[in-house]
Amino acid sequence: MNGNAFSVFDISGRAMSAQLVRLNTTASNLANAGTVAGSEAGAFRSLKPVFRTVMDDFGRATVQVDQVTAAKIAPSKRHDPTNPLADKDGNVWEAAVDSAAELVEMVETARQYQNNVQVLETAKGLINETLRMGQ
Amino acid sequence: MMASEKLFGVHATALQLRSQRMMMLASNIANAATPNYKARDLDFSKAFDLARQGGSTEGAVLYRVPVQSSLDGNTVEMATEQTAFAENALAYRSSLSFLSGRVNTLTRAIKGE
Repeated sequence: MNGNAFSVFDISGRAMSAQLVRLNTTASNLANAGTVAGSEAGAFRSLKPVFRTVMDDFGRATVQVDQVTAAKIAPSKRHDPTNPLADKDGNVWEAAVDSAAELVEMVETARQYQNNVQVLETAKGLINETLRMGQ
Repeated sequence: MMASEKLFGVHATALQLRSQRMMMLASNIANAATPNYKARDLDFSKAFDLARQGGSTEGAVLYRVPVQSSLDGNTVEMATEQTAFAENALAYRSSLSFLSGRVNTLTRAIKGE
């Protein structure tokens, strides 16, 4: 075969690493949920990976993380004058993280990671059996 | 007709196509979370006819019609893909066992057992 060709190990392996990036951003978002900042610009915004399909020359496709962007959710302002981080009006900004959505994301990521592992295991088994053909 | 067909019958072609289809289903599963990804599959019987005529199997690659479309434009449905993958793996294994039997028969014929 000439040209750029993906093996099943490329396809599922790269998908697994993309899902791992997604899991890492979810972990980072959940870790930062509930943090406050003294200004709107300084508040944490949840991170989202952007997935992109990568095709080879034979119509097979895998996935890669194009970029990790900050979600376009505005941090919410809370009046809390006792907080040492509060600004002159006594306001703090809470991290823009939707914890419930992040937990759903985490479960989905884990399931899709598992699916790729399963694909890899099945394909590896079939390749091994093919190698032993006629023995 | 391919040269290997005299030795191995239809199963040589079938195995190649099963492997090709496995790659396509793996691609779909890998892109389960990619927005706007359109799932594709190989129409096996059509691909088989094309391959037997010695042609390219590109005409047998079709887009999957989703049962329920999603907002992000992705048409991968995990249940469909996993079922197709399992079915394809089983068919690959059966073609392989036919081939294995054939290789054993030929080896025994060559050895004169």
